[in-house]
Amino acid sequence: MPETVFRTEGVTKVYDTGNVKVFALARVDLALYSGQLTVLLGPSGSGKSTLLNILGGLDHATEGRVWFRDLELTNLPDRQLTRYRRDYVGFVFQFYNLVPSLTARENVQLVTDVAPNPMPAAEALELVGLDHRMDHFPSELSGGEQQRVAIARAIAKRPEILLCDEPTGALDSSTGVQVLEALRDINDRFGTTTVVITHNAEIRKMAHRVIFFQDGKISRVEQNDTLLAPSEIAW
Amino acid sequence: MQALAIALVLACGVAILLTAFGMYRALDETRRAYYERNRFADVFVQARRVPESLLPELRAIPGVQMLEPGIVGNAILDLPDRVATAVGHIIALPANNVHQLNVPLLQSGRYPEPSSNFDVLVNEPFARAHGYLPGDTISINLNGQKRALRITGTVQSPEFIYTIGPGALMPDNAGYGIIWMPRPTTAAAFDMTGAFNNLAIKLASGVRPETVIDAIDNLLEPYGGLGAYDRSRQQSDAFVSAEINQLRGMAVVLPPIFFAISAFLVSMVMGRVVALERSEIGLLKALGYSNFEVCLHYLMLAGLVAVTGIVIGWVAGGWLARNLALQYAEFFEFPFLIFSVSPWIYALAGLAALLTTILGATRSALTAAWLAPAIAMQPPAPPSFKRSVIDVAMDSARLSQPTIMILRSFVRWPVRSLMTSLGLAMAVASVVASAFFNDALDAIIESAFYESNRQDAMLLFAQDVPLGALQDVRRLPGVLQVEGQQYHSAILRHGARQKTVAIEARFPDPDLSRVIGADGAVVNVPPGGIVLSERLASQLDVTIGDALDAEFLTGKRETLSLTVSQIVEQYFGLGAYVDLEYVNTLFRQVPQVSVVNVALDETRTDDLHEVLKGIPKLASLVMLSDTRRSFDETIEENIVIMNTIYITIAVLITVGVAYNGARIQLSERARELASLRILGFTRAEVSYILIGETLLLAILAQPLGWLIGAGIAKAMADGFTSDLYSIPLVLKPATFASASLVVLTATVASVLIVRRRLDRLNLVAVMKTRE
Repeated sequence: MPETVFRTEGVTKVYDTGNVKVFALARVDLALYSGQLTVLLGPSGSGKSTLLNILGGLDHATEGRVWFRDLELTNLPDRQLTRYRRDYVGFVFQFYNLVPSLTARENVQLVTDVAPNPMPAAEALELVGLDHRMDHFPSELSGGEQQRVAIARAIAKRPEILLCDEPTGALDSSTGVQVLEALRDINDRFGTTTVVITHNAEIRKMAHRVIFFQDGKISRVEQNDTLLAPSEIAW
Repeated sequence: MQALAIALVLACGVAILLTAFGMYRALDETRRAYYERNRFADVFVQARRVPESLLPELRAIPGVQMLEPGIVGNAILDLPDRVATAVGHIIALPANNVHQLNVPLLQSGRYPEPSSNFDVLVNEPFARAHGYLPGDTISINLNGQKRALRITGTVQSPEFIYTIGPGALMPDNAGYGIIWMPRPTTAAAFDMTGAFNNLAIKLASGVRPETVIDAIDNLLEPYGGLGAYDRSRQQSDAFVSAEINQLRGMAVVLPPIFFAISAFLVSMVMGRVVALERSEIGLLKALGYSNFEVCLHYLMLAGLVAVTGIVIGWVAGGWLARNLALQYAEFFEFPFLIFSVSPWIYALAGLAALLTTILGATRSALTAAWLAPAIAMQPPAPPSFKRSVIDVAMDSARLSQPTIMILRSFVRWPVRSLMTSLGLAMAVASVVASAFFNDALDAIIESAFYESNRQDAMLLFAQDVPLGALQDVRRLPGVLQVEGQQYHSAILRHGARQKTVAIEARFPDPDLSRVIGADGAVVNVPPGGIVLSERLASQLDVTIGDALDAEFLTGKRETLSLTVSQIVEQYFGLGAYVDLEYVNTLFRQVPQVSVVNVALDETRTDDLHEVLKGIPKLASLVMLSDTRRSFDETIEENIVIMNTIYITIAVLITVGVAYNGARIQLSERARELASLRILGFTRAEVSYILIGETLLLAILAQPLGWLIGAGIAKAMADGFTSDLYSIPLVLKPATFASASLVVLTATVASVLIVRRRLDRLNLVAVMKTRE
């Protein structure tokens, strides 16, 4: 059994919106393992993003406990959470969130400038196949290219974990496949523990593990013995 | 908060417009009414002694509607409540106390009996300064005879709205009083029975003073006429006019600056509001709202800000205008104040504020109006950036990514950057322009009181006295050093230009009252030469080496040709200097002086005053040591008030510009900054990006602000320059530094307030949403 990277115990998240209390997560127990690519699958509002935010140190659970290896994230203050994100976590968002005033290379350098052991920005962009578009601004890149820059930015600091929230959500199928290939490649090459949120069931086929979410709870967990290459996936 | 910041800047413009206009109108109207009610004369003239038989001829001059002969003179007063001597300016009351012109307004008590040689009226400020009431008694030294005078009443006069003694630089109500005395007594005291030495003339409407002045001068020449002049050279009116002109200037110059800044702020904020409400605009249009309605909605939103600002401005301005006008009415001796800021000024200020705001909002409102609903409901395209020459420079400078972000945004929106800098520069300029005044006044005081006029007192005699008098004065108690000089009224002519001035004649190498050249050395006048102050030289259009004619109105009234030997910079009056020995020789007179400058042993001034009160020929005394002190005090007080006002203005502008700028930065960059926080940037690192751009613009604004400030200071210095005084353009590094300190501190405070919002950024929301 590979080493456990994340562990949660009875994690609950309640959003208090006035008179109504919404249980985004209800007593979730979970373990994620080193080097694996895990897909969190489920419909909108099933709690997968909430979990990802808590794992990524962007949000606190209302109840329960969360560990990253031996580091308990549960009540970590803001300053240490920032440190945690900076040193260990790479994020990829649905809408890329690139800085429009910086070129592709500069967007990656944003991270490499502050990370302890980064790879050169050019190398990161080469890994996602964008070495020829390095000096372009986001507005000069296609959606797929922008997302690949975002991936390059996320992996350039050689993070232990890569958290991707709907990375193909804003992309068409063929562009989406390119992005997934980049994620697959990173996972293979560096053994980066990768968590991908999607509501696209096809994507589960490329994952080592698939965790299904329903109404803030884990409904089931699947283990894939044979992984499909992203190019074999279509939607 | 943003709207309030804009509203406050706008309110400033409205309030200043109201205040300056209100005060200007109040002073102007009050003066006009006062002059009209109390029949203030149009032309004035003094002479040595004119027989009353000349009056019919004077009355017959075409254009003269009314004239009133008078007797005036100065005398030393001995006041029961004051050790120091005071000077009284004596004016004869007309027969039966019926004034034709310059009618004094009785404030308390009653007029003296016309036959009384004991009762007098005094001017209200003099009485107030000493606490005199009708019935009190003072002593006067008239022609060597000390006599008691009983005050029967106090008056205010249109001739003395601003009262300043001979040779003095500041009003001194305790040391200088105006005394109205029954005519027979006055005539006897000044040897004017059947004669007069002062004439006030009212012109028929539409008559220009110049035409009458020449005729009067011709008639009075044989009688020692000192040159007739119009209101512009009447001392009190000249000061009031200078003040009124300054207020008018303020009303014209300052408000547009505030309106322009508010327009810019409105345009910046409204642009952002429209960007944020893009999808709502799309929705409204999809629901059937017309382009016009959408446009109107945003204009009305801006209008709401304008209305808030206008109301605040109206209230503050109305209050300020009234209170300041009241203060003015007290500072200038007006018996009443006509204060009515007419509704049209309120309307004008409101309209100007409303228009500038609407103007600022127009572009954004039109953008909103033209937005097609389908496009509006989609997120806006990300701002596009292109590599430019600046990027090459940035590459070679190896800047950090956050710094690059700051610089790119700066280059991407140059107009906005420039306007922000300009706004902050105006704040810097405001402080520079007010602080410059301190330095200018320091320079004036240094030059006038510590370099040029170093004497502690000036003794002015009613008539010229022989040189031997210098020795007499030297023997007075406490007198350490004496120097004599003469004053001569004269008309200087060069080509078509002419100017009536008081020429000072001095002995070479004076130590007390000196003329100082640009090199700091004492300037001596060679025989046959004349030294002029710069302003006088430029008014006469002469340079060094030019010859001009000087028609002396004193002594034998000779006209001499003098060569301009030097031109010096001076801040008070229109100085002209000649050599005293040369004048005495030329006038073929025994050496004599009319003024004695003295240096005093400060510990013995009381003894000196005691003796001076009994010297018959002494007409007036100017204690320069007192003047120096009161000048310093008055200026200090004014400067504190002025600096407070201008620093407040600067801070308001800065907060308006910097706070709004940073808020918009935050709004535009919220997503970017949240992403960086997610990527592991600390709050401090993210704050740098937010604060950096505003601070960079603030820093760039400094030199621009210094430049604009210096320009305003120059304009103010030029604007204030009159025959009475001039303001030198003195700009010290400390002035610029303090201006920058004020503005940078206010900028930092503003952006720090905005920075606190960074702590509340919702990182999670950014993950999911698209802008």
